Amino acid sequence: MANFFPRWTNWLPLKIAICGTVVVCGLTGATWYYITPKYTRVGYQPIQPVPFPHDIHVAQLGMDCTQVQKDNPKLEPVRASWKTGQPVEWVQLHRTPDYVYYNHAAHVNRGISCASCHGQVNRMGIMHHDKPHSMAWCLECHRHPENFLRPETQITNLDWKPDWEKPAEFVAKYGQPTEATDDWAKKQKLTQEEIGQTLKERWNIQPPLNCQGCHR
Amino acid sequence: MDGATTAPDVIEGEASASVERPLQRVPLVLHRRNFSWITERIAGAVEGPGPRWWWVTFAITSMVAMFGLFCLGYQISTGVGTWGLNHPVGWAWDITNFVFWIGIGHAGTLISAILFLLRQKWRTSINRSAEAMTLFAVICAAIFPGVHVGRVWMAWFLAPLPNNYGIWPNFRSPLLWDVFAVSTYFSVSVLFWYTGLIPDLATLRDRATTKIKKLLYGIFAVGWRGSNRNWRHYEMAYLLLAGLSTPLVLSVHSVVSFDFATSIIPTWHTTIFPPYFVAGAIFGGFAMVLTLLIPARAIYKLQDIITPQHIDKMAKVILLTGSIVSYAYAMEFFVAWYSGNQYEKYAFFNRIFGPYWWYWWVGMLFCNALSPQFFWFKRFRQNIYVVYFVCMCVNAGMWFERFIIIVGGLHRDFLPSSWGMFYPTWVDIWTFIGTLGIFLSLFLMFIRYLPMIAMSEVKIVLPEANPHHASPEEHHVVAAGGKERT
Repeated sequence: MANFFPRWTNWLPLKIAICGTVVVCGLTGATWYYITPKYTRVGYQPIQPVPFPHDIHVAQLGMDCTQVQKDNPKLEPVRASWKTGQPVEWVQLHRTPDYVYYNHAAHVNRGISCASCHGQVNRMGIMHHDKPHSMAWCLECHRHPENFLRPETQITNLDWKPDWEKPAEFVAKYGQPTEATDDWAKKQKLTQEEIGQTLKERWNIQPPLNCQGCHR
Repeated sequence: MDGATTAPDVIEGEASASVERPLQRVPLVLHRRNFSWITERIAGAVEGPGPRWWWVTFAITSMVAMFGLFCLGYQISTGVGTWGLNHPVGWAWDITNFVFWIGIGHAGTLISAILFLLRQKWRTSINRSAEAMTLFAVICAAIFPGVHVGRVWMAWFLAPLPNNYGIWPNFRSPLLWDVFAVSTYFSVSVLFWYTGLIPDLATLRDRATTKIKKLLYGIFAVGWRGSNRNWRHYEMAYLLLAGLSTPLVLSVHSVVSFDFATSIIPTWHTTIFPPYFVAGAIFGGFAMVLTLLIPARAIYKLQDIITPQHIDKMAKVILLTGSIVSYAYAMEFFVAWYSGNQYEKYAFFNRIFGPYWWYWWVGMLFCNALSPQFFWFKRFRQNIYVVYFVCMCVNAGMWFERFIIIVGGLHRDFLPSSWGMFYPTWVDIWTFIGTLGIFLSLFLMFIRYLPMIAMSEVKIVLPEANPHHASPEEHHVVAAGGKERT
């Protein structure tokens, strides 16, 4: 046969194979890491028309959402909006797509804290996107709600921790799962899972896992 | 049309040299064609300038293919509503075409894998084109399930890829098995076909006259030199791939049949489906192989390689598989009656006397069950026109069969208030015709740029390739019927 391929082509297939493998693995890894809401959404921190440090107002001053400060000059855009009727152009942080049905009432009345979705806002100087809000993230909770449920009195208490619950009081109020064999009231502490399982059973929480649950 | 249908000649020397052989074998290559003639005839078809008939045919088929692609684009951009699908018929031409095309592919795999393992040497003349036909048929088949999902950009959901949606394919669904079956089938078929092509690509590379041809055939021949070592690796690889493809002949169409058999629709919900579908696939596939090869052998004057013996054997396969299919048809009716299930009974009554009655009478009864029965008789198997007629009947009949199974099952099921009919739109019709265009265009390109017959394999079945072969020129007089032709 005629030898019309130059000598340097001998190693070409191997070079192509190695470079191809590196490129494909690199692209896969990069896609896996960067093209997900975990990367693209979490940490998003836009500048708002009125800077409002939640950490100072809530965590340090202990203010409630209903208390309003009237005389701060930084609130001028809000007062102007009130006078002119033009809404303040807030930058939306958590944007749920229009094909997702999300009912806040169904969640906050059944043991899901603000912090589960919006993060510990009381610790934020400037608001940022704290959770990915991807569908996998929604399903993580819908599949295992016991990892996130808390007593209904602690929904807006963004600092709440499972350790705070006193087992005797908790069991007296909510009982314990029928499957549990020992008496949980005598425990030193309750874990998030134990609290969650109790509340899940007591409130009969069955989050929808079918498509129509959220895509109606 | 067919110059080689005269009495097949016998290699006199072969027959009389071995005393213990009681019957004379008809040689697989007629008229004592030698190695050089085979190379010249087959490689010559690729090397010359494109004949006028090729350009005219290719212009027509590629225009049809382009219009089919336009229909696909229109369907994707507008929506599945451009097809005639609606309640109660949610699967119609799309899935019919899918099963039709995927079935056709099976003949290629049977010829290349099972007949190879069974040492059926006659396969060497037809395996290359049959395998190419398999690939092109699977390409056409894959279009339909791909686009019938509606939102084509979501089709990647079928693959088990980790994703932000936290969802995963449903491994209990036969529709998912289908994706794996068809993609495995395509990958293995491509590998098998390409592996078989390597020695022939090297031949074309060595004969190439222009730089670009040398380069392209050279790259794809992956440095084949025809050495002992090359051949040893090649034959082992070919054997392994044949072993790998063999279960696919049976499994792919079984899985396709599960799409129906695991449902509860009367006429779909039957255990007979997997063997029934596999037999039907091979039946339809052999008919398509003959449909393509009978004209090709006449145009390229390959009657000495694809001989009446080959056509005769393929006709016998069509007769066998057609009879299995007919038995399955009969058994479906028997079971419907014997089960005593009113829905099942009605569904089969509806198949014969319902609104789609003529699909059954013409398609299933005449084309599939009766027309292959001609092949009981040698004179019909030897008559190229009868063979071609039966093949065309089978091609049409197998499409009708799938349509009857799919639409016939859906259009009248348990709830009479939901009964309805299916009416195809122009997009339905032209998408199907478009895939015929794609299939034929790809096949035309194949016979234009690649050797349509496995040159190296045909040479292996020549008597000269046998180390114990005694050259007839040295010991015997050439048979009277074996005079040289050019």
